[in-house]
Amino acid sequence: MISEDKTKLKLDDLYLSFGGLEALSGVSVDVREGEILAIIGPNGAGKTCILNCINGFYRPQKGDIFFNDKAITKLASYKIAELGISRTFQNIQLYTGLTTLDNLMAARHIHMKPNLLTGAIYFGWEHAKEIQHRRVVEDIIDFLEMEPIRDKVVGSLPYGQRKRVDLGRALALEPKVLLLDEPMAGMNVEEKEDMARFIIDIFELRKIPIVLIEHDMGVVMDIADRIAVLDFGRKIAEGTPDEIKADAGVIKAYLGEEA
Amino acid sequence: MAVNRPCGTFNENYAKDMAIVRTKFQWGLVIASLILLFALPSFCSSLVLYLVNLIAITLIAVLGLNILTGYTGLFSLGQAAFMGVGAYTSALLTTYLGFSFWLALPCAGLSAALVGVIFGLPSLRIKGFYLTMATLAAQFIIPWLFIHVRPDLTGGTDSLLVAVPTLGNIKFNSQASMFYIIIPTMLVMLLFAKNIVRTSVGRAFIAIRDNDLAAEVMGVNLFKYKLLAFFICSFYAGIAGSLWAHWMRAILYEHFLLMQSIWMCGMVIVGGMGYTVGAVFGTVFIRLLDQFVVYITPVVEALFPHLVGSATAAVGPFAFGSVIVVFIIFEPRGLAHRWEMFKASYRLNPYSY
Repeated sequence: MISEDKTKLKLDDLYLSFGGLEALSGVSVDVREGEILAIIGPNGAGKTCILNCINGFYRPQKGDIFFNDKAITKLASYKIAELGISRTFQNIQLYTGLTTLDNLMAARHIHMKPNLLTGAIYFGWEHAKEIQHRRVVEDIIDFLEMEPIRDKVVGSLPYGQRKRVDLGRALALEPKVLLLDEPMAGMNVEEKEDMARFIIDIFELRKIPIVLIEHDMGVVMDIADRIAVLDFGRKIAEGTPDEIKADAGVIKAYLGEEA
Repeated sequence: MAVNRPCGTFNENYAKDMAIVRTKFQWGLVIASLILLFALPSFCSSLVLYLVNLIAITLIAVLGLNILTGYTGLFSLGQAAFMGVGAYTSALLTTYLGFSFWLALPCAGLSAALVGVIFGLPSLRIKGFYLTMATLAAQFIIPWLFIHVRPDLTGGTDSLLVAVPTLGNIKFNSQASMFYIIIPTMLVMLLFAKNIVRTSVGRAFIAIRDNDLAAEVMGVNLFKYKLLAFFICSFYAGIAGSLWAHWMRAILYEHFLLMQSIWMCGMVIVGGMGYTVGAVFGTVFIRLLDQFVVYITPVVEALFPHLVGSATAAVGPFAFGSVIVVFIIFEPRGLAHRWEMFKASYRLNPYSY
């Protein structure tokens, strides 16, 4: 950990409801610099809702989100991406018609500053730019061990590899905060091990905070520095893995009460 | 794509990996076909040149439509109207303001592009069929404007005569001379279209087509890029319209009606949506089909004399309609996909993998 109290991303008292359904009621979470924060909770607890609020998909009715002390609650999604918040999706959302390589190149969008005129002419300036960004993307392909699928159209890839491309695309944005929505859902043990290794490597090499939503408790307890637990849109506990394991409220939410 | 590389050719750097023309043999083919193309007027009749010019002009408009429909996934039924905007802009500028054709050509592109952007404004809020309906509105409004706003200038329902382009002492007043304006313009527009879709702007378009939610989270400003797609699409239409005006030398609102837009959509579908080469295949295929219908109609009339006049006029639409249906059922990815498969099997021959 770099420093305990430097807050990178701050969610302050978020309320979000869909009609009569309260998805989030008064959730406050801090993401600090140099930590992996896991958000756990039973199905429908509002975990993905939090990410969608950060991304600007959902607008919370009350409360604010601060990134580097700047309110981003009302910004458009693409502006939030430009600030350096990148995410993966629970149910993979790739550009299915493009190859792995082009999916990652497409994610370089905010760094490439696309220009129609130079793009149409291509020769010279645009060509140099393509090569420069291609290098960055190839490094990520190398890092995530995706060389064999570099030129495959992602629509034709198996589930586990698409998950990996999704992570690669999030990395290609060069995020300052990385949000991972169930990166290990539906994977076998080997794929989970690979993914856990990638997450730890990203964390150590890039020194960026990571927000991890995951159902696999073994993984969460192993790699998270801190854990926030949600249940029915409320935060019921927050602390280190050991504290969470011993928390009576968490055990109640997951296992129910003794009769 | 790796499978499409010539056997035994390895890419040693990223520039080689990204090149369109890869080997010396391919360069030879490209240069030879360009020489052949530019030599056409010396041995072809003006009827053939008429057809080539027609195909080239249509191709420019279809290339633009392919960027909007094939790459960005926004279906438009207004391409002919945007072409009309370009044609009338070019005709009016040269006739009344004394512009030369060379200046009127880019002006026509830009004015069509601006009109296209206006009709593209609903694209942020509506998608799919509803957006198509909005572009259909453009297709009906714009020709109405040609007729009813200032008929003293546009000629109203009569045709408007257009000046012959000149360069120094050369007058471009024949099929062969117009050929040397139309074909180079078409080649430049073709190259631009290819370059746009293989660089970052094009990837943003495809991102919007394939997954607009993810595209926005990855930093693509949806509204800006959808409008940009409309801009490019109708810019191409405007250039095509200007060439059309100075090639026909008389324009009429009837040249730019819904039927023409539907033909162009058909060309994009038959060629293969989202392939630049598909636009070429589709345009050539449909225009040749059209020509074939002209030859086949007398035969049909001879076979069914009692249908002359009524049903034989339907041979064209009938052929067009059945081709579209056949392609949508059996090869929705179009001729371009067939071409890819052919190239792959040719390369891998005699093995099947």
